[in-house]
Amino acid sequence: MGSSLRIINGRVYDPANGVDGAVRDICIRDGRIAADAPPDAKTIDARGMVVMPGGVDIHCHIAGPKVNLARKVQPEDHRRDVHPRTRFTRSGTGGTVPSTFATGYRYAALGYTAAMEAAVTPLGARHTLEELHDTPVIDKGFYVLVGNSVLLYRLLQEGRREEFRHALAWWLNATKAYAPKLVNPGGDELWKGQGHGNITRLDDKIGPFDLTPSTVIGAFIEAANELGLPHPVHIHCNNLGHSGNADTTLETMRIADGRRAHIAHIQFHSYGSVAGKSHDNPTSRARDIAEYINTHPNISADVGAVMFGRATIMTADAPAVYMLRQFGGAKWVNADTEHESGCGIIPFTYQDRVYTNALQWAIGLELFLLSDDPWRMVFSTDHPNGGSFTSYPRLIRLLMDREYRKEQMAVVNQKALEHSGLRDCQDREYSLYEIAIVTRAGPARLLGLASKGHLGVGADADVTIYEEDADKEKMFAAPRYVLKDGVVIIEDHEFRADHEGRVYHVAPDYDAGIEQVIEPFFDDYYTIQFRNYAVDDRYVPHGEVVPTMQQAAAAGAARP
Amino acid sequence: MTLELTLHTAPAVPLEAEVLSPARLSGLSGRDVAKLGVVYGNQRAELGEFFRVTGSANGELRLTGDLSRIKQVGAGMAAGRVLVHGPVGMHLGAGMSGGEIIVEGDAGDWVGPDMTGGRIVVRGNAGHMVGSACRGSAVGIRGGEILVFGSAGNEVGAGMRRGLIAVGGDCADFAGVNMLAGTVVVLGSLGWRAGAGLRRGSIVAMHPAELLPTFSYSCTYQPPFLRPYLHYLRRLGFGITDAMLDGTYQRWCGDAVELNRGEVLLLDAAAPSAPN
Repeated sequence: MGSSLRIINGRVYDPANGVDGAVRDICIRDGRIAADAPPDAKTIDARGMVVMPGGVDIHCHIAGPKVNLARKVQPEDHRRDVHPRTRFTRSGTGGTVPSTFATGYRYAALGYTAAMEAAVTPLGARHTLEELHDTPVIDKGFYVLVGNSVLLYRLLQEGRREEFRHALAWWLNATKAYAPKLVNPGGDELWKGQGHGNITRLDDKIGPFDLTPSTVIGAFIEAANELGLPHPVHIHCNNLGHSGNADTTLETMRIADGRRAHIAHIQFHSYGSVAGKSHDNPTSRARDIAEYINTHPNISADVGAVMFGRATIMTADAPAVYMLRQFGGAKWVNADTEHESGCGIIPFTYQDRVYTNALQWAIGLELFLLSDDPWRMVFSTDHPNGGSFTSYPRLIRLLMDREYRKEQMAVVNQKALEHSGLRDCQDREYSLYEIAIVTRAGPARLLGLASKGHLGVGADADVTIYEEDADKEKMFAAPRYVLKDGVVIIEDHEFRADHEGRVYHVAPDYDAGIEQVIEPFFDDYYTIQFRNYAVDDRYVPHGEVVPTMQQAAAAGAARP
Repeated sequence: MTLELTLHTAPAVPLEAEVLSPARLSGLSGRDVAKLGVVYGNQRAELGEFFRVTGSANGELRLTGDLSRIKQVGAGMAAGRVLVHGPVGMHLGAGMSGGEIIVEGDAGDWVGPDMTGGRIVVRGNAGHMVGSACRGSAVGIRGGEILVFGSAGNEVGAGMRRGLIAVGGDCADFAGVNMLAGTVVVLGSLGWRAGAGLRRGSIVAMHPAELLPTFSYSCTYQPPFLRPYLHYLRRLGFGITDAMLDGTYQRWCGDAVELNRGEVLLLDAAAPSAPN
C-alpha cells in the first residue's frame, strides 16, 4: 500500500461528491482517500492543475482469446509501434491492440485506473484472467458472454426460470466474471448452427429453439435484476451496424420495462435508413435513441464513438463481422465457434471522406451532445472497435471545444453530416465536470463500484492530475501525475512505479442443486470435464468480489 | 574520401546496426562513428566494439568482413552508396528510398523490406524473402531494384507493388507470391507455386516451370517490354543470352483465384511442351 500523501492547491472535479472545480486538498492514507494525512506526508503541489478520480472504462476489449487473435492477425500494427521498457515498466507492442503490458501502461498514461473487458466467452475466462493478470496498473474485470448459451436457452424454453437464474449465477461464479453480457442474442447460435444464419427481428424464432431474442433478452434482464448484480446485464443489441437498426435498439430498451439494463456502444445501434444505390444507406437516429434514454432512468449506455484512423473491429458478433468484411478490404477472421459464443475480427480504418464512417463519427458526437444525463450516457469508443483508447483525448476535445468540432465537421463527408443531426446540437460544450462524469464517476456508478470514480473519504486513491491547457486533447493526453491505490505511478509525465491492480468479479448466490442440471450437459457436449471447467481462485490473486445487493444487505445486517 | 569500417570482432549474436547508413553517418568523424549505438542481442553497444573505423563520411560507406550477423545495413538510406565486401546479414536496405548498396558476397534473408526506391546489388546469393512484404503487411517493395546475381530463397517479391527484382540463379518456392504489380526476372529455375495469388505484374523465367492449375496459357509471343529490360540487365552484367533476347515466350495468365491479370512468361525454347 502507498504511503501517506497530500495533494494541495489543485482544482478538484469530483462529481460523485458534487465538487465542481473547487480548490481543496486531497489526502491519502494506506491507498485510500482519507480525511487528513500526517504532517510529514509527501505533498504534491497541484497549483494550476486539475484533479480528478482515475478514469474508468466501462466497455473495451483488452484481454482474452479474441483480443489475442486480433494481435496475431496484425503483426504489421506492432512493428510500427514498439513500447520500450523503462526502469519501472515492462516492454510491449502498441498499435490498435496493444500487448497486455502496454495496454495497462497506456491506460495509466492517460489517467485511467480501471477498464472492463466487455466480451469473454465462458470457455475463454481462464485465458482472459491470465492476460488480465499481466495487464499492469489498472483495475479490471470482464463481462461473460451468456446470450447464446445452449443450456440456458433450453432452460428458458422449458420455462424453468428459477433454474435459469441459478445456472446464470453458477456461470458468473464459474468464470469469475463481473457481469453477464448479451451479444446479438440468438444470432451467434444461428450463425454457427444454421449455416451463416442471423437474426434480424426480435420476434424471429431462434433456429431450433422455441425462443425469440425478445424472450431471451427479457429473461436475462429479469435474472440479473433478481440476482442484484452490481452491474446489470450488458447488452450488445441485435443488428449491429445495419441500416435502420435503431428500431431494434428501441425495442430492446422497451423490453427492460423499468428494470435496469446497460446498452453497449449504442452509436453502432442508432442508425436509420435511406434508399441508396445498392442497398439502404444508414442515417442518424441518435435523437430518438438519446430521447428514449433521457426519459428512461432504468437504461444506461456507453456511446462507442467512432474516431477516424486505424481501428480493429473485434466482437463476439460473428455474423456482423461476416457482413462487415466486405468493407474492410483486407483480412478478416472468424473464430471461437467452438465456444459458447463466437467472434470475428477485421483490421479497419475509419476515413473522414467515407459517408458511413463520417456518419458514425457524427452519431457518436450527437449522442453525447443530446444526452441530458451524463451519468447514464458514458464515454467509450468500444476500444478498439470505434478507435483505440489512445484517441480518448481527441474525443474529449471534440466534446469540450465547439470551434475544434466545427473545424472537424468542415472536413468530413458533408452528405453524411446532412443525414445526421450534428449541426442542430453543435453549440453544446462539455464542461470539465461533465467530462469527469462520463469518463469516471458515471461508469463507476453504473458498474456499482462504490470505491471507484470519486475522491470521497474511503475511495480507492486512484487520482489523476492534469495540467490545465486550452487544448484539451493535449491536456488529457498526458497527465502530470497518476496515482493508483495511493502509489505514485506517474510523476512529471514519467513512470515512477509499477503496480498490479485488482480483478473485480461477482459471486452471486445460487442453489447448488443446479449443478445436477449442468453437469450432464457437460458430459454430453463439452470437450472439458465439468469439474475442470470452473476457474479457481489461483487465477485471481488480486481478485475482489463485489457483493450483490442481497449479499451487501446481509453483510450490513451482520455488522454489529 | 570513403568511410571505411572493417569488422575486427565478429559478433556472437546478431547486431542491429541500422546506423550503418550514409545519411546517419554524414558529417561524423571516425571517432564519432565508433561511438554510435547499436543493439547487440539484448544489450546496447557501440559500433567501435566491432568495427575499426577509418576515413570520413562523404556519402560513401565501405564495410569489410564477415557481416553475416550484421543486420539492417543501409536501412532507410535515401542517397549515397554502401559497398559491402563480404557476406551481409538480414534486412539489408530496409526501407531504403534511394542510393545504392552493392554486396560483394551473399546477403541474408529479407533483402530490401519496405523498399521504395534505390538499388540493391548482391553479387552472391540472397536468402529468403527478397523484396517481400513484411509479415502481416499486404504490400512488399513499392519501387527500386534488387539485383541478385546468385540464387534466392523462397518468396522472392512477395506482395511487391512496383519495381524490378532480377535473380541470376535459381529461385526457391513461391516466387512472386501475392504480387500486386512489378517485374520479377529469374534466369535460373523457378521453384514450386510461382505466382500464387498474383494479381498483376510479370514473372519472367528462362527455364521450364510447373505452374499452378489456376494459371492458364494464353499465347506464345515476344513481349515488347521484355527486350529493353533484358538489355538493361545484360548491361548490368547478368548472363542474358541472345536466345533470351530474341526468343518467344509462353504467356500464362493468373492467378485465377485473384484478379487473373498477372502473367508468367516462360522462354519458349525452354518450355517442355507448348500447349496447342
